[in-house]
Amino acid sequence: MAEKIKNKTVFFNPFSKDNPVVVQILGICSALAVTAKLEPAIVMGMSVIAVLAFSNVIISLLRNTIPTGIRIIVQLVVVAGLVIIVNQLLLAFAYDVAMQLSVFIGLIITNCILMGRLEAFAMANRPWPSFLDGVGNGIGYTIILVIVAFFRELLGSGTLLGMQVVPDSFYAAGYENNGLMILPPMALIIVGCIIWVHRSINKDIQE
Amino acid sequence: MLDKVKPHFQEGGRLHAFHSVYDGFETFLFTPKSTSTSGTHIHDSMDSKRTMIIVVMALVPCLLFGMYNAGYQHWVAIGAVEKPFLSLMLYGFLAVLPKLVVAYVVGLGIEFAVAQWRKEEIQEGFLVTGILIPLICPVDTPLWMIAVATAFSVIFVKEVFGGTGYNIFNVALVTRAFLFFAYPAKMSGDKVFVSTDAIAGLGEGTVVDTFTGATPLGQVAVQAGEETVRITSTVGDTVTTSDMFFGLIPGSFGETSTLCILIGAAILLFAGIASWRIIVSVFAGGAVMSLIANAFSTPEYPASMLSVADQLCLGGFAFAAVFMATDPVTACRTNVGKYIYGFLIGAVAIIIRVYNNGYPEGAMLAVLLMNAFAPLIDWCVVQSNVRRRERRLKLKITDNE
Repeated sequence: MAEKIKNKTVFFNPFSKDNPVVVQILGICSALAVTAKLEPAIVMGMSVIAVLAFSNVIISLLRNTIPTGIRIIVQLVVVAGLVIIVNQLLLAFAYDVAMQLSVFIGLIITNCILMGRLEAFAMANRPWPSFLDGVGNGIGYTIILVIVAFFRELLGSGTLLGMQVVPDSFYAAGYENNGLMILPPMALIIVGCIIWVHRSINKDIQE
Repeated sequence: MLDKVKPHFQEGGRLHAFHSVYDGFETFLFTPKSTSTSGTHIHDSMDSKRTMIIVVMALVPCLLFGMYNAGYQHWVAIGAVEKPFLSLMLYGFLAVLPKLVVAYVVGLGIEFAVAQWRKEEIQEGFLVTGILIPLICPVDTPLWMIAVATAFSVIFVKEVFGGTGYNIFNVALVTRAFLFFAYPAKMSGDKVFVSTDAIAGLGEGTVVDTFTGATPLGQVAVQAGEETVRITSTVGDTVTTSDMFFGLIPGSFGETSTLCILIGAAILLFAGIASWRIIVSVFAGGAVMSLIANAFSTPEYPASMLSVADQLCLGGFAFAAVFMATDPVTACRTNVGKYIYGFLIGAVAIIIRVYNNGYPEGAMLAVLLMNAFAPLIDWCVVQSNVRRRERRLKLKITDNE
């Protein structure tokens, strides 16, 4: 029973209370880079979920055999292998999005969330909780990415998932898309706003 | 009248919730009666509201000339021979009034709301910002864009950092930078700097065929690869340096006339508000950089062929030097720092203007960039003072030994 409750917190905590982006402030770089449109943000989020979950499981299985001195290298090899698989899958089945994401799929390997979870969780826990932790953190990351991308695409391009949502009558009346939303600085400001809202709701994590 | 309604706003009064609004109006209209309640204090009539009023007064020549010029450019554009002064002024007045109102309503609205929410006094910083915003925008900027940009910069540049006096960037300039990057089509090019529509029946007429509304710097930036640069007015006449000095050229509303800006500078310096160190060093930096650009002028970067006088008179350079760089909150505090800060603003403005044809004007970006560096410059100046004195102290000690 105790085990079950623990698994639950491991899975749900990263959604809000222990969110990798807005609480731990990890993975900001990719959050700025891929969120100009909703579609690449979602694909990026799913890729991170997949890589994070499976690398957590693999490292967790190997945790007792990895020599401490070279554990970072072993972790990197595992993550790199998974990232290449994800990248090849995207190139095969979602070529356009893969092109838009360009190097950022490859750069998942340098995403701090990955190393953070491997070091902090997978090295010390059994495979099933590690898997849940990976998926949970991946979803926490994806939630933030999707929120940021939603506002940036809506205000910056007037579209959602590539479909126009701002009616033509708006444009006729003089409305224009906000070009600044497409540029990376605005992603930083939106992430800042999300952190602001998040901390005002969760008073206990205010510094 | 204010005294009569005062009891309502004091503790326990009916309208206590709005006391900061009342306080703002009272101190705006009269010198405050209250004195500080603890410690020694020096008190004179120059509180920050008075300072702001003088800055606003210094901006009035630019504002009036901006009105005249907006009308003048419009009358030129429709090819009218007669240019009745009163109609010109009225046209310009009607063009700028909505922008002023929008900037003030949005900006002050946010300030009042935040002041109430934090239970603080209303800070008066927006008084100047509100008049600066219409002055540095093109005359045809849509009102809703000004509203969005003003809201953005008041919230994210000022209130987030703690309100008036704590902002690291110049609020009015961030408003313009936001407009520039968010809606580039409305903030540059040849369509926005001259108003071509009639306002309230004034200035009816069709635009002449040879009309082009590009600013002088905008024209220069597209002449890459040519042997000499040519600057023309909107209907094709050549523009002389004196035109640029007096300001009868297309441009953002209040920044075309170097003469009016200098009048404003004189008022500011006379009242002891702006720092002459910054103003002089901005112009010095601009002049030095223009000379360097002249020495290495190439057709690839056409703006490098402009003379020093043209460089300093065109665009927002003079306006930025006098009204933007001297903002005491975002500038350097140390005297040596002010020289460095001003010089770099001038130099960077010309560098951006000359070596990036995509940005015809660099004054705005230069000031914002140096705003970010101002604390660092101050820190270095203070540290070098500390080191020098340490060395002097050590020398003395060794002498004694």
